[in-house]
Amino acid sequence: VKALLLSMAALIGTPAFAQTVAITGGKVVIGDGSAPIEGGTVVVSNGQIVAAGRGVTIPANAERIDATGKWVTPGIVAGFSRIGLAGVDAVDESNDAAANASPFSASIDVAPAINPDVAAIAVNRAAGVTRAVVAPETGANMFAGLGAVIDMGADQDAITRSRAFEFVAFGAAGARESGGSRAAAHVFFRNALAEARDYARNPAGYDGRSKDSILLRRDAAALVPVVEGRMRLIVHAESAPDILATLDLKREFPKLDLVLVGVTEGWRVGGQIAAARVPVIASAVNDLPGSFETIAATQSNVGRMKAAGVNLAIGMIDDDDTRQAMHAAQYAGNLVALTRVPGATGLNWDDAFAAITSKPAEVVGMGKEIGSLQAGRRGDVVIWDGDPLEVTSGVEAVWIDGVRQPLVTRQTRLRDRYATPQEGSLPKAYDR
Amino acid sequence: MASTRASLIIAVALAGCAANTSPKPAAVSAKPTSSKQVLNKDPYPSTYKPYPGVPTAIRNVTIYDGEGGRIENGTVIFRDGKLEEILSGKVELKSGYAEIDGTGKWVTPGIIDVHSHLGDYPSPGVDAHSDGNEATGPVRSEVWAEHSVWPQDPGFSRALVNGGVTALQILPGSANLFGGRSVVLKNVYARSVQGMKFPGAPYGLKMACGENPKRVYGNRNQMPSTRMGNMAVNRQTWIKAAEYKRKTDKGENVTRDLQLETLAGVLSGDILVHNHCYRADEMAQVIDMSHEFGYKIAAFHHAVESYKIADLLAKEGICSAMWADWWGFKMESYDAINENIPLVHKSGACAIVHSDDANGIQRLNQEAAKALADGRRMGINISDEIAWTWLSYNPAKALGIADKTGSLKPGKMADLVLWNGNPLSVYTRPEKVWIDGALMYDANDPKKRPVSDFELGQPGEGDTK
Repeated sequence: VKALLLSMAALIGTPAFAQTVAITGGKVVIGDGSAPIEGGTVVVSNGQIVAAGRGVTIPANAERIDATGKWVTPGIVAGFSRIGLAGVDAVDESNDAAANASPFSASIDVAPAINPDVAAIAVNRAAGVTRAVVAPETGANMFAGLGAVIDMGADQDAITRSRAFEFVAFGAAGARESGGSRAAAHVFFRNALAEARDYARNPAGYDGRSKDSILLRRDAAALVPVVEGRMRLIVHAESAPDILATLDLKREFPKLDLVLVGVTEGWRVGGQIAAARVPVIASAVNDLPGSFETIAATQSNVGRMKAAGVNLAIGMIDDDDTRQAMHAAQYAGNLVALTRVPGATGLNWDDAFAAITSKPAEVVGMGKEIGSLQAGRRGDVVIWDGDPLEVTSGVEAVWIDGVRQPLVTRQTRLRDRYATPQEGSLPKAYDR
Repeated sequence: MASTRASLIIAVALAGCAANTSPKPAAVSAKPTSSKQVLNKDPYPSTYKPYPGVPTAIRNVTIYDGEGGRIENGTVIFRDGKLEEILSGKVELKSGYAEIDGTGKWVTPGIIDVHSHLGDYPSPGVDAHSDGNEATGPVRSEVWAEHSVWPQDPGFSRALVNGGVTALQILPGSANLFGGRSVVLKNVYARSVQGMKFPGAPYGLKMACGENPKRVYGNRNQMPSTRMGNMAVNRQTWIKAAEYKRKTDKGENVTRDLQLETLAGVLSGDILVHNHCYRADEMAQVIDMSHEFGYKIAAFHHAVESYKIADLLAKEGICSAMWADWWGFKMESYDAINENIPLVHKSGACAIVHSDDANGIQRLNQEAAKALADGRRMGINISDEIAWTWLSYNPAKALGIADKTGSLKPGKMADLVLWNGNPLSVYTRPEKVWIDGALMYDANDPKKRPVSDFELGQPGEGDTK
């Protein structure tokens, strides 16, 4: 009945209220790369983390939740995803990730397309994901548009920050979107930034329809904060040469606030990435030469980049990124596994967990707001029945902005309906 | 990295072609001369030969035997490619055996993946390598996956060293109702696919239900464009196959027809049906069709809704090859649930964890662990050692090779993995993998890390992957 009520609440959008909660006795992971704290307490009030750790004062009005034997962590932050943009990937009319026929590019803002009702939001929430970095896919050209940071809450208010970054593809994808070559992509990119500067200098004078300009007015306007360094530019690049060519852009456009995503061959140029102080949202377990830009793929990529001093988070670009953000925890666990494989380089547990919580938040400029249990962060908390990076562990409770969340999904409803496959006294359609 | 799956679902190559109606077998063909011509059922025979191994005993190790048995502090002994003994308690070893201390480690049968496209959709996934779907007609039972498999796919090595996969079935894709013959391989690199073929494994036939065939041909305004079209083409084809079989069984002269020959092989029980089918209602239709034409379905693959008809699947003795938690990538995968595998198992039906993916094949043990844990959370208590049947013995059964491999029993092939910890943990990896008693991977020896021709001389050659 409780499950039913919670699911109905989710369906009709009953407002839930952020209350004061003290979660006691659990193994608390702050998420900032520090070691887990046995027997810690987490206090959440007014939607925010008040304190986490040992010796925490519990407010008198707090609802106490005993988490003895459990793990208490910040929610997972999906470092790069398309969650909320597709109901079912292959059902075109439910999929808003790409707009191949649109004349617009850099100005396409995912925010109004985010659909909190898609099953992926509930499924990921129930698996401990509380926030996601969401980017559009490329369409008209190498500039995909403006991404957002969203939450997985069971409500209609999903956007944490809209226009959080611009996303652009270099590498094979960028080449394809720019007419067929990487060289053309670099020209297109430089030309686009030049047009954005033209627009910034004289908006009224910018003619987005002239023969000489490629960007439409709105797209040129969208790139102004990028070229002026007021908005992050997340760049998809996989191969070592493409990564270096991206880092070179900083010389020409010193204000660019670059973030790299993908970065399968980053280990080959980890020193350069670190020296350029460009953070990375890496695909964690790519180890196949799936294309000619990932020939040197290895699961040791993340560990080696980390060892080279790269500031990095885990993301899942083009890897079931509309639905399976929860796999970030499994991927992080796999990186820990590498620490026991001779010749491989992985991450220690604390760094691995930070790579799916505080690090993705920091990389998109929201480290002070989400991704850890440090005081003042949003109250995104998960109670797990075991080590959150272990594949056999499950989620027992989730709070987002301090609001206790339902963990019922249409999958759990189907599970319960078919726990016994045979019909009872009525068809399954009556069983709910 | 673009996922393999996306390419399989969305980008089935739409090579233009005319509607393919099956070639009509000539009613009469030139009678071969007086000597009776016997059909060679194995014209591309396996040339696989086990590599040499040393007699080996792994001691003090936790053993899952693959058939549900578990031994703590056990000993596994093999020589000359075959398992000799699997023992518990104190064991006095005969001389001449290399001893490995397995304290804190596990031994299991090698993982067997019943659903892989390694070799026919190899890495790198360039168009020139797209050899998995002969999407030029919905009935393409005449094609054989082994004629597409590129034995230099780097993916085989990843499946070995990270996945502990010792055997795998390579299937044609799912663009067609009848996709063609599968091939079962030992996961041992060779110069030719024949050098990888699992000796004595029966052939499989790939069939596909649902969205893919109707989309591929419907988009060309061809039949089938609907699920009822799928079934009509299937049934019409089985009618032809039955006719062909009747004639050939009677010794009548017919022109050999590769398409119908494979289907006749199914009807005679020589070739095992592996049917891509997501939805429960479609599986029920296909089961009736198998009764209508008198053939047996070995396994439904991608059977995300098996949990809805687990009782029917148990009654019919059909295996379900499943993912732990894939869902929502296409309409017919929308009702996938994480408890599918344990629910199927609980109903007494045969459950298999499969990959269909060059990445997923490296983590099938983790996928089994996820499903097991989700099952336990809903009260289905299955032990770890029983769950291992999903990874080795049940797939071996579905492939018709369970008498040879898939479990640790004396006399069977010494296909086994030494894991550096509990193999149902994310923190565990293969330490050593033997195939037919030959050490094909050793985490402690970089020379025991296979490198395909493709990777030779390229960045990252011979790296830990």
